[in-house]
Amino acid sequence: MNRHLLSTADLSREDALLILDTAEELSRVSGRSIKKLPTLRGRTVVNLFFEDSTRTRISFEAAAKRLSADVINFSAKGSSVSKGESLKDTALTLQAMGADAVVVRHGASGAPHRLANWVDGSVVNAGDGTHEHPTQALLDAFTMRRRLGELDGRRVTIVGDVLHSRVARSNVHLLHTLGAEVTLVAPPTLLPVAMGEWPCEVSYDFDSVLAKSDVVMMLRVQHERMNASYFPSAREYSRRYGLDPDRLGRMPEGAIVMHPGPMNRGMEIAAEVADSARSTIVEQVTNGVTVRMAVLYLLLSGSEPAIGGNL
Amino acid sequence: MTYLVKGARVLGGEPKDILVKDGVIAEIGAPGRVDGTGAGHVDADGLVALPGLVDLHTHLREPGREDAETVASGTAAAALGGFTAVHAMANTSPVADTAGVVEQVWRLGRQAGHCDVQPVGAVTAGLLGRQLAELGAMADSAARVRVFSDDGVCVSDAVLMRRALEYVKAFDGVVAQHAQEPRLTEGAQMNEGAVSGRLGLTGWPAVAEEAIIARDCLLAAHVGSRLHICHVSTAGSVEIIRWAKSKGWDVTAEVTPHHLLLTDACAETSPAGAYNPIYKVNPPLRTGEDVRALREALADGTIDCVATDHAPHPVEDKETEWQAAAMGMIGLETALSVVQEAMVETGLLDWAGVADRMSARPARIGRLPGHGRELRAGSPANLVLADPSVRWAVDPGGFASKSRNTPYQGMTLPGRVVATFLRGRPTVLEGKLT
Amino acid sequence: MNVARNQVRDDPEPDGGRAGDGGRPREDGPPHDGERAVLEAPDINRALTRIAHEILERAKGPERLLLLGIPTRGTFLARRLAERIEQVEGHPVASGSLDVTMYRDDLRLRPARALGRTVLPEDGVDGRIVVLVDDVLYSGRTVRAALDALNDLGRPTAVRLAVLVDRGHRELPIRADYVGKNLPTSRAETVRVCLRETDQRDAVLLRGGQR
Repeated sequence: MNRHLLSTADLSREDALLILDTAEELSRVSGRSIKKLPTLRGRTVVNLFFEDSTRTRISFEAAAKRLSADVINFSAKGSSVSKGESLKDTALTLQAMGADAVVVRHGASGAPHRLANWVDGSVVNAGDGTHEHPTQALLDAFTMRRRLGELDGRRVTIVGDVLHSRVARSNVHLLHTLGAEVTLVAPPTLLPVAMGEWPCEVSYDFDSVLAKSDVVMMLRVQHERMNASYFPSAREYSRRYGLDPDRLGRMPEGAIVMHPGPMNRGMEIAAEVADSARSTIVEQVTNGVTVRMAVLYLLLSGSEPAIGGNL
Repeated sequence: MTYLVKGARVLGGEPKDILVKDGVIAEIGAPGRVDGTGAGHVDADGLVALPGLVDLHTHLREPGREDAETVASGTAAAALGGFTAVHAMANTSPVADTAGVVEQVWRLGRQAGHCDVQPVGAVTAGLLGRQLAELGAMADSAARVRVFSDDGVCVSDAVLMRRALEYVKAFDGVVAQHAQEPRLTEGAQMNEGAVSGRLGLTGWPAVAEEAIIARDCLLAAHVGSRLHICHVSTAGSVEIIRWAKSKGWDVTAEVTPHHLLLTDACAETSPAGAYNPIYKVNPPLRTGEDVRALREALADGTIDCVATDHAPHPVEDKETEWQAAAMGMIGLETALSVVQEAMVETGLLDWAGVADRMSARPARIGRLPGHGRELRAGSPANLVLADPSVRWAVDPGGFASKSRNTPYQGMTLPGRVVATFLRGRPTVLEGKLT
Repeated sequence: MNVARNQVRDDPEPDGGRAGDGGRPREDGPPHDGERAVLEAPDINRALTRIAHEILERAKGPERLLLLGIPTRGTFLARRLAERIEQVEGHPVASGSLDVTMYRDDLRLRPARALGRTVLPEDGVDGRIVVLVDDVLYSGRTVRAALDALNDLGRPTAVRLAVLVDRGHRELPIRADYVGKNLPTSRAETVRVCLRETDQRDAVLLRGGQR
């Protein structure tokens, strides 16, 4: 059976908890002197990155190597891809190399779904266009759980460019599955026009939801949005939707601040907020390796994957 | 050659014998009452006879993209689909914006001989939307162009559109508009709605089509010209066209078979997995509500006709990620089946209605006097015999089209074309090219 | 807790699917038809008391001892042994658990499975006398995995092995230092260890294989 991690919507509650629990056990490995486990010896993990994302690629690479997998990094720049080779031909090349898993980052939404048609190994979506970024959501949930305990009934507010955010989509599905109550906050221009079926609340007013948020997750605002009339100016965006020390002060005691990175300091998040004790931004990076180890372990170690969805 | 078609149900009515002689229908009479001495006999027991189908919207890709389709392969597909005339869209390479190119396409059609090829001329030179192409020269050429379209691109400049509408009045032409407001659809990938929001694909909002249709209806009324609207895809467009027609304006519209059957949900939940670009088409597949409105509009005549927007693409242009894939689907060889499924089996149209929407009206809009005529003695013998009782699993492997990008692969559809006659000559017999 | 979750998954326990044990079914709960008890609660009690004394005697005192159970039932046995040694010596003895899942040699034979828990003392295993504790010794492959896992965690002075039941059929050159009961079995038989921490009672049950 061929299973993949393409979307957090494919994860059952049981799957999601298994990943988080497995990551919890694996986090102990990061603390010891020998960080390597022999589990995936002889397995090949290909990091197929069509978009630059050093952070995510390094995180997956560290995860695979700690499990003793062979890692092949395939970056689109300077490769045959930039000479016009199609995604399908790239997939067939990976297939011929015997990739057991392909970790793919691509600028086109759904590219990992297409890839899954053409390779026998498990496909792990490491961010596709404006669709999803499942392991980011998993590491976010892991980070929240470590800080706040179980997520049932926890109120999570996600603020920013929801329309173009793969992090928001993945988090909405996963957090809902884990029992959290999610509120998306954005200017109306940065929300999809039809959100009736999204399992979350939507608000245009950041201040009205601040006081009842256990978690505030700030999304990165891409520079290209600033010149496309999604909002009048960076200054106005920051004033209405940025997390500054004043807003931080109005959050409940114990509430945490998250950001998937990379941050625009001074834009969606003030520097002193990013560096405050309530910020989990550095932990998120550390937890990324652990959670990705859990995903690779559960997809690759057995005769068949223990998590994920089919096409 | 003379043919006696025996026992065909003309427009789905009582069985009749039809004598085809010297390119015309010589006689139609009760079974056994027509003298077929010396004629080749065609057993049409249980088959429905319709006037040869006319497509207002076909991409034959020649010249320029002969890897996707040629005039010969595209017209073979048309004949197998029951068509006796197709309008070849102008977005070839070079663009059909001069008398030379339209005459070349027209001549290739005559050489292939599977069906009449009526070239569509570009509205603007090079489809660039800057200046009018030589519309009069194309109208006066051997191809006698009457339909002009920049299909694939919208004539979005209001002044240019007004001028085109006015100018073609001189030779009874019609501008067929591809209604798509360009700024509202930059980078658009699929219908903007719940599904695009979930899939993270850039939306193609209905309003981008409706705004252009509303503007062009008003322009056509203002200058007193004919306007035809290509591939109407939204319920809102139907409302606007209904309103324009109620004013008595000379506005006509077409709908594609795929917009009568498929919805944007295909992008998310197809058997081949999400993001399969076989469902990527322009205008995009819309919602179930839009499909219902389009079916009703075709039934009540608000939408005049079915046009395939047959858009062949080679495999490599579809076996990609969604965003990189070409837009469009082939449709000539499945059109009648899809219309039977969406309109006849639902009780919205009878076979006479199908003949009107797939033959008579498109022939009238395209000004093709030899096509779309009533099936009676003296009419040109353009006719199609179809078996409505069979159901078949769509397998593009058997298609005459050079391309395979059908969204119906694996689906079971009703009705198959058994024979097609072009001016008395069979182009298809027993479901095969002659 | 892990145990509860493991029970609802198709692989009932992390230690349920050891290499060489032929995929023996190890359901929890009351005895099944045809199952007979080869050890009852008092027998287990006596065996553990004896093993505790043997460990203590050989280690010459409790100070450097670390009892590491292999989840799930090995962990409970390690804790019981530690309690007994403490009762004798009046001095706490370190115990913990060592999950060997990631070191197994049969991972690819079954679906990926949930991890058990590894709990070690703050100062690790270096310089300790580690006693690995498991419920049943069979092929020896679990112990092999445990030795590898231990190797990645540090360098104990010595590693010893205590098991409640040794049922034979070794596939590797591994031998237990402390055995509760040697139980000759056929491969067709199933050995099930029940402990009150998870199974409401203490017993070792044998099933199947009778011709």
